[in-house]
Amino acid sequence: MAERHEHVDMTGQVAAPPVAPARPRRLSWVTVSAWADQQAGAVMLLPAVLIILLLAIFPLIFSLYLSLSRFQLVSGGFRIQFVGLLNYQKLFFGVEHEHFLGTFAPSTPLSWVILGIGAIILIGWLLRYARSRPPQLILGLLGRGIVAAGILAALWLLEATLRSGGRPGTLIVTLIYVVVGVALQYVVGLGLALLCTQQIPGRRFFRVVFLLPMMITPVGIAYMFRMLTDTTKGPLAPLWEFLGLANFSWVNDPWGARIAVMIGDLWQWTPFMFIVLLAALEGQPQELLEAATVDGANLWQIFWKITLPQIAPVSSTLILIRLIEAFKIFDMPNVLTGGGPGTATESLTLHAYVTWRAFDFGTSAAIAYTLLFIVTFVGLSYVNLIHRRLTEAAG
Amino acid sequence: MSTRTALARQRSPLAPSPLRLVFSYVVLGLWTLIVLFPLYWLAITAFKLPVHVYNGPLYIPFVDFRPTLENWRYIFVDLRNDTIRPYINTVIVGLSSSVLTLLFGAAATYGLSRFRYRVPLGIVLTFLLCCLLALLGMNLGLPDSLAIAAATALFVIGALTLGRRTKAALGNNDIAFWIISQRMLPPVAVVIPIYILFQRLHLLDTRTALVIAYIAANLPIAVWLLRDYFRTIPLDLEESAAIDGASRYQILWHIVLPLALPGLVATFLFVLVLAWNEYLLALFLSSANAQTMPLLVAAQNATRGPQWWYMSVLILIMIVPVIVLAIVLERYIARGLLIGAVRG
Repeated sequence: MAERHEHVDMTGQVAAPPVAPARPRRLSWVTVSAWADQQAGAVMLLPAVLIILLLAIFPLIFSLYLSLSRFQLVSGGFRIQFVGLLNYQKLFFGVEHEHFLGTFAPSTPLSWVILGIGAIILIGWLLRYARSRPPQLILGLLGRGIVAAGILAALWLLEATLRSGGRPGTLIVTLIYVVVGVALQYVVGLGLALLCTQQIPGRRFFRVVFLLPMMITPVGIAYMFRMLTDTTKGPLAPLWEFLGLANFSWVNDPWGARIAVMIGDLWQWTPFMFIVLLAALEGQPQELLEAATVDGANLWQIFWKITLPQIAPVSSTLILIRLIEAFKIFDMPNVLTGGGPGTATESLTLHAYVTWRAFDFGTSAAIAYTLLFIVTFVGLSYVNLIHRRLTEAAG
Repeated sequence: MSTRTALARQRSPLAPSPLRLVFSYVVLGLWTLIVLFPLYWLAITAFKLPVHVYNGPLYIPFVDFRPTLENWRYIFVDLRNDTIRPYINTVIVGLSSSVLTLLFGAAATYGLSRFRYRVPLGIVLTFLLCCLLALLGMNLGLPDSLAIAAATALFVIGALTLGRRTKAALGNNDIAFWIISQRMLPPVAVVIPIYILFQRLHLLDTRTALVIAYIAANLPIAVWLLRDYFRTIPLDLEESAAIDGASRYQILWHIVLPLALPGLVATFLFVLVLAWNEYLLALFLSSANAQTMPLLVAAQNATRGPQWWYMSVLILIMIVPVIVLAIVLERYIARGLLIGAVRG
């Protein structure tokens, strides 16, 4: 970048002064304003940095500490007592275990087969990476090993809690929301965007309408979907009756409730995918598409061979953003189903909130930290293994 | 415009065949229905009496049922202050936090794009160390103010002596990345300490607390979106202004900000909508006094089961402003989204 930088460090000292050192002068408006001008760099950046330090970094450190302590209300205040990893132990093996990880169904031969296949695929993937050229760094292998272990652990948890007899905890429910939700939002958004890139009249109308759900308060959306999922008094009641589902209650069935939450999320976040993918599709060169059509490629081939590779970088970024955001899901399950039936629709954030409300600040912070750890882990793995490859291949 | 598209349609081999056109309209129409129907249902429920809701679905006003303003009267007349206070809270918190976020965000982004910063790693490490020491001190029974003062003093001493000796330093990109990466942070991971902090400052359940929290939550997004707009502003103008004797602040205020206006508008809208809809932080940090609209709506369920007719009115008055914004300023919003997503 051909910018003229002035060298200012955080304490505001000018490292490479652009002006000659000034003689000591009497304090006047001119010297004050000159000084203020010299400090402009610090003045502009500091408010933002201080706010984030005070309300994000410091709380983050405090939260970590809180997650390692027991929080007790005592008369006139509270006491924080350091207890080490006890809160985490409670989550993974102790009393909160069923809430957090879920109930495990006893393993069957089938579960061992599933896990075995998963393990073989992952080991094969690691071996292929290790033997690929140019010779790979140990660090890369180590990172992939950790990712493989993470995937295997998630697979085991899924298998053990989703089978009949098991019950998924908030960790798995959150993962399901994220993976299924983001995948559905991407596919639907892409489909709509593809239809809208065609030169058809009324495109602008569709664009505006499709944007709307994103702007609406999730709390409002949650109530709207509660009305819609009411099988006796909701607008779709005749349909439910026709399907013989009039006595079925979405909100009382664990999977029905989870699906209702995911539909609400899909309704709200598809627009985000749609708008950005539409712009990406409109930006691709028309000549290439026309040439392919003239050469007799059908739509399917054009989509897989030309369109999809071209929008891969944008898609990847979109998915990354939504992936990170989706882990924080809270409003929809809290208002739509209240986390119920039981704890069937609780996300990790909601779990942390419920625990906080019971004044168990330590465990709540431990859940929040686990969430932070998982988000970071998934985000970093995604960036290193998928995002980088997709964006580099195109760039 | 229309002639150009018409021409393009004639010539382009990509123009959809009639069959595809029909298919496209069916699918797009279906999704339009999916988007609009819940909103339609919300709108008509706001004009229904309880009996209309309980007798099963009635779809068309004036035909199936006679619309009534009873619910609106109840919300705005009977409950007057219970509705208007949260609404005013939401407006004030949303607008003031968005303006401040934009101000701090624009200044920081401008700084990051025009100055070169060097934060020695030693200072960062000293800071973290002092944070831990302060925590330790509080835990050992020191009064908070004393622990914080001691840690601050230690930090100043450490920063001036040890901190600046380290060669390694964080540059502009590191700082920008650090700010933007805060977006990844799940709010629930920081909200309990913020709750305790505001409790200590006696700010719980005040609009100030919400404004401060929303600024911190939305600053990363503002910086992230604005970075791209500031990059496109030519340096020549700024340089000639500097030669004419304009100060940095004057340049920012009179030259850069007007040129970045589209970006500022898009960012403002974004941050405003986020603050308007925010639920989690409000839930932790406020109860009766600083209650915002999302809290009010969410609280409706608690007592007598969902009273859809009243709730629809509340949801409507909460979402109508953002829907109007979305329709009028669709281009800005789409551009803001795009910049965010493409820049990553």
